[in-house]
Amino acid sequence: MCLAVLLPALGAAPAGAGSRLLATGGAMPLEGAAGGGLVPWAVLSGYSTPGEAGPTVAYTHVETDDYQLDTYSVSLNLWNRVELSAARQVFDIGALTPALGSDPGNLGQDVLGIKVRLAGDLVYSRWPQLAAGAMYKHTREFAVPAAIGAIDSRDWDFYLAATKLFLGGAFGRNLLLNATLRATRANQLGLAGFGGDLNDDHELMAELSAAVLLDRKFAVGVEYRQKPDNLGFAAEDDWYDAFVAWFPGKHVAVVVAWAELGSIATLDDQNGPYLSIQASY
Amino acid sequence: MRAWNIGGLVLAACIAVSGCIPMGNHGATLYEDLGGREGVAMLVDEFLRRVADDDRIVEAFAGANVPRLRRLLEEQFCQVSDGPCEYTGGSMEETHRGMGISEKEFNALVEDLIDAMEALDVPVATQNRLLARLAPMHREIVSAARPSSPRSRTPGAPAGA
Repeated sequence: MCLAVLLPALGAAPAGAGSRLLATGGAMPLEGAAGGGLVPWAVLSGYSTPGEAGPTVAYTHVETDDYQLDTYSVSLNLWNRVELSAARQVFDIGALTPALGSDPGNLGQDVLGIKVRLAGDLVYSRWPQLAAGAMYKHTREFAVPAAIGAIDSRDWDFYLAATKLFLGGAFGRNLLLNATLRATRANQLGLAGFGGDLNDDHELMAELSAAVLLDRKFAVGVEYRQKPDNLGFAAEDDWYDAFVAWFPGKHVAVVVAWAELGSIATLDDQNGPYLSIQASY
Repeated sequence: MRAWNIGGLVLAACIAVSGCIPMGNHGATLYEDLGGREGVAMLVDEFLRRVADDDRIVEAFAGANVPRLRRLLEEQFCQVSDGPCEYTGGSMEETHRGMGISEKEFNALVEDLIDAMEALDVPVATQNRLLARLAPMHREIVSAARPSSPRSRTPGAPAGA
């Protein structure tokens, strides 16, 4: 009985990693939801189509002038309709030791995400692929965020994303455009808690991505992520990055980027390399 | 300050993109860029060879009249690429109705076509132009209400097992 159920499924996907076209799963950015480097897109992780499900795991490292951020994430694409994701972020703020008078250790955050594809198809439909998502965020180390004025250690982000691939849309190369609108009150993604003395409400933030697929395996792109500025203690800047993504096959993707993260916890000009590797099944 | 930043990134990306793309060697039509009659015939040939070897979809083509399919595909590729042909087959909707073509099978077909174009060294920009003209057929070919379980035409799945 079990075999009769399983065998057709195995036979249908001998290579694993699902049936969608290469690179249409995007990458796994900092918060675990599939997208570009900094911005969640309407695409769902991996390559599943209706009738298929597949997990993706990723590790991402960002190294700015004074900080390091490591993100470990896992996601599951169900039928190319629902994406469930979980990410753990570890943020090394040792550079703040002189300012704080003692080693603050690491900040950290866990993010649980769900994204639902509402309509459309990245490649084939006339209109963009549309998705709605939610992220439940939990700041693990709240002592420092509380000390600098953060109100809560847990909160929700909500977002709507529209993503479209224009075949041959950029000098004959395929062009991907994404726009995401997010409601959030997170400070530095949530690593520094939620809300603050300057603002304690969800605000709408625009997040944009543009990428060109040079061929089947390489994409280059840029992203912009608007961010709240809730804490009087330290100004928070919008984020930018420029990335190169490599999709050697459906099982692996590598993203190398340059991230401009602005001022973080009073230290300005936090720019540096971003590396992400992911595996899909 | 910030605006200049992102402007610089966009500019850099554009230069990176345009710098490695040969411009201005297009023929008058996509058909000519595909190599005209001979090029399209080779492409359809290579495409069908890959489809025949593709376990994911070969079943959907079981019992197909291959010479006819080849002729219709040549006509269709020729017509959508502005060549001097008229497609004489039925509409995509008519010919695929009731076949239950899934998203997975459609993508497999597209992958085989891309593989065929890669094998024939069709330039990426030309590949994308052809794909762009074929992409709208997706909604006519892929069944709207798809069962997510194997269909009844799947061999080796006895009913009630």
